[in-house]
Amino acid sequence: MNKIKSLDDLRKMKQSLKSDISIREKSDKAEEMVRVRVAMATCGIAAGAREVMNTLLRKVEQDSLPVVVTQGGCMGYCYAEPTIEVAVPGKDPVVFSHVDSARALEIVDKYIVKGELIDGIIPVNYQTIQEKL
Amino acid sequence: MVQIKMHLLVCGGTGCRASESDRLVEQLNHHLQLNGLAEEVKVVTTGCFGFCEKGPIVKVIPDNTFYTQVTPEDAEEIVKEHVLKGRKVARLLYEDPETLEHISDSKHMEFYQKQVRIALRNCGFIDPENIDEYIVRDGYAALGQVLASDPKDTIELIKKSGLRGRGGAGFPTGLKWEITAGNQADQKYVVCNADEGDPGAFMDRSILEGDPNSIIEAMAICGYCIGATKGLIYIRAEYPLAIRRLEIAIKQAREYGLLGKDILGSGFDFDIELRLGAGAFVCGEETALISSMHGSRGEPTIKPPFPAQSGYMGKPTNVNNVETFANIPPIILKGWEWFNSIGSEKSKGTKVFALAGKINNVGLIEVPMGTTLREVIFEIGGGIKDGKRFKAVQTGGPSGGCLTEQHLDTPIDYEHLTAAGSMMGSGGMIVMDEDDCMVSVAKFYLEFTVEESCGKCAPCRIGNKRMHETLEKICQGKGTLDDIEYLENLGKVIKDTALCGLGQTSPNPVLSTIQYFKDEYRAHVVDKKCPAGQCKALKSYVIDETKCIGCTLCARNCPTDAITGDKKVPHVIDQSKCIKCGACYEKCKFGAIQIR
Repeated sequence: MNKIKSLDDLRKMKQSLKSDISIREKSDKAEEMVRVRVAMATCGIAAGAREVMNTLLRKVEQDSLPVVVTQGGCMGYCYAEPTIEVAVPGKDPVVFSHVDSARALEIVDKYIVKGELIDGIIPVNYQTIQEKL
Repeated sequence: MVQIKMHLLVCGGTGCRASESDRLVEQLNHHLQLNGLAEEVKVVTTGCFGFCEKGPIVKVIPDNTFYTQVTPEDAEEIVKEHVLKGRKVARLLYEDPETLEHISDSKHMEFYQKQVRIALRNCGFIDPENIDEYIVRDGYAALGQVLASDPKDTIELIKKSGLRGRGGAGFPTGLKWEITAGNQADQKYVVCNADEGDPGAFMDRSILEGDPNSIIEAMAICGYCIGATKGLIYIRAEYPLAIRRLEIAIKQAREYGLLGKDILGSGFDFDIELRLGAGAFVCGEETALISSMHGSRGEPTIKPPFPAQSGYMGKPTNVNNVETFANIPPIILKGWEWFNSIGSEKSKGTKVFALAGKINNVGLIEVPMGTTLREVIFEIGGGIKDGKRFKAVQTGGPSGGCLTEQHLDTPIDYEHLTAAGSMMGSGGMIVMDEDDCMVSVAKFYLEFTVEESCGKCAPCRIGNKRMHETLEKICQGKGTLDDIEYLENLGKVIKDTALCGLGQTSPNPVLSTIQYFKDEYRAHVVDKKCPAGQCKALKSYVIDETKCIGCTLCARNCPTDAITGDKKVPHVIDQSKCIKCGACYEKCKFGAIQIR
C-alpha cells in the first residue's frame, strides 16, 4: 500500500474510492433520492433489462446523480418490457415502457435531470405496500 | 465493465457470528457464483446493526430490505429470489410485533426511526476490516484537519461541544484533555479504556468490532492535542473479535502512514499498542487499569494524583472510554455547534445503550440525550416480552440503580438519572418485568461486585460481603425489619468510605431497590413471601384439590417423587421432598398447582 502523505492525498484517495460505497450512502438517504426500479423478472431480463440496468448504473455513477437504481420483480406490464419505474421525491412514480439503453439515457437526461416528460409512459394502476404503510 | 448493482450487508458482530453469520457469508458468495452474479453483487461483512434480538441480519442495498434471523440455508433463496428476480423473501422480513405486518425495509422500522447514530455511525455500514471504507466515510479527515491546526483550538472545540465521558462518570472530555496537555513531561500517554465489564453491556465491543478505525483516529487526535506520541488500548482478552479487528485496523493504518512517523506530513508521530486485560471489572476504573497495564494487580489507587498528572509509567496519561473517542471525529468535522445542539441542557450529544432483559428488541441503540426511558423501552425496545407488565429498569450496571414506572418519563441524561437514584454508567440497560423479584435482582448485582471487588479497601471487601449475606438471609425468609435498616446504613457507609468508583457505587442497586420497592422487602421479612415468586425458600407449590383430576402427569414429571396420589384422586405434594423446581406447575393442564 502507498503511504498517504498529506491531507490532500487523503482527500484524493477518498474521491477515488468513493464509488465503492456510494450505493450504501445513497440508500441511507433513500427518501431524498430519485428511485429507478428496473423490472427484472424473467420477461424483463429476456427483453434486455439487464443491459438497461447496467447502462443506468454506469450513467448514474459517471454523472454522480442522486439516483438509486434498484431492481424489482414483474410489474405486470409484460407486453411493454423492459419497463422501469422512476420515483422522483415529491412526485408520483412514473413507469416507462419499452426501455432500451438509448431510451434509458434519454429518460435520465430529460425526465430525471430536466424534469421534462417524454413519450411511452404507462399509467400507474397499482399501489405498493410502502404507500399503504 | 460490469457494474456492482447491489450490496448484501451481513452483520459480523459477535452476536450474529454466534448464529453462523460467517457461514452465511460463504453461502451467499457460493450461490452468487453459481448464478453468475458474483461480479454484480458484493457481500460485505459489517459491524453490529444493533438489532441483535433478530440476528443474523442481512441488509440489501440499495433497497434497504432488512432480513432477520437469516440462516446459511436461506442464502440460496435470497440469491435466487431477491437478487436474481427482484422478489423479496417475505418470510425473512421483520414482522412488526403489534400489527404483525411484514416491514419491507429498515426505514420503516420504529427501532431505527428514533435513533441518532453518531458513535455508531459506521456500525453495520462499512466493512470494519477494510480501512478504505472508513476513509470514504470521511475517516482520518478529522485527524488531517487537527494536525494542520493548533492543538489548543481542538481542545477548545471539544470543550465547547459539551462532550462528557461516556464511561459513566461524565467528566467533561475537553477539560480532561486540557489538564493532561498542561502537565509537562518528556513522555505522555493516551489510553483507551475498552475494559467493558458491566453484565449485559456490549456498547464498546460493538464499536470496536464495527468501526475500529474511529477509535484509532480519535486517539491520534487526542495524542496530538495533549502532546503524547504513544497510545494504548486496554481491552479484555475475552473480546477476541474486537481485538482481531483492532489489530487489522492498526496494521492497515500503519501501512497507510496514518499511524507511525510524520503522520500526513505534519511531523507528528503517534503509534498504538494493545494491552490485554484478564477481564476484571475493577480494571475499568482508570487507576486500576493503569496498575494492571504496569503488570501489577488491578487495584485502584487514591486520587490525587490523577492519571492526568501521574498515570502510565508515572507519566501524564489521558484515559477515555471507547464511546467517548468514537464521538471525537464527527465533532471536529461537523463543528461543536452541531454536537452542542443535540441532547439536553447539560448532557450533549447521544448515548449508546445495550438494551437487554425482558424486552422485545434486545439490541444496541443510540439515542439523543434527553430521550425518555419510555421512548427507549416501549418505542425502540418494542415493549416488554410476552405482554407482561413493566416493573423496573436497571441503568448503569452493577453500579447503577433500579428505576420504576414513575420514572418512565425521566429524560435520560447524567443529571436526571443521578437525581432519580441511578446513574448513566457506561450504558447497560436491563429491563425487568413483573416476574422479577427486586431483592433477588439486588442480590445478583451485589454478588457480582463482591466477586469483582479487588479487596484493597475494607468497606468494599468486607461491607459488600456483609450486605450480600443479609440479602441472602432475607431471600431465605430469615430476615427481619432491622435487616432492611442495616442494609440502608451499611450501604451509605460503603458509599462514603470506599476507595474507588466500584465500592462507592456498589450499594446502589440495594439502596435504590429498598427506596422504590420497600413493600417487596417488607413482604420478604414480615410476611415471609416473595411477591414475584422467585425466592425458592419463600414459596411452596400446593395442589388445589378442587381442580386436580388425578391425571398423574405431575407425579410422573416430579424429579424427586414428592407428588403422590392414586389415579383420578387429587394428588398431594410432600413439602419436605419438594425442591420447588416448578416442573409440576408447568406440566399441569388444569391449573391445579398453585404457588403460595
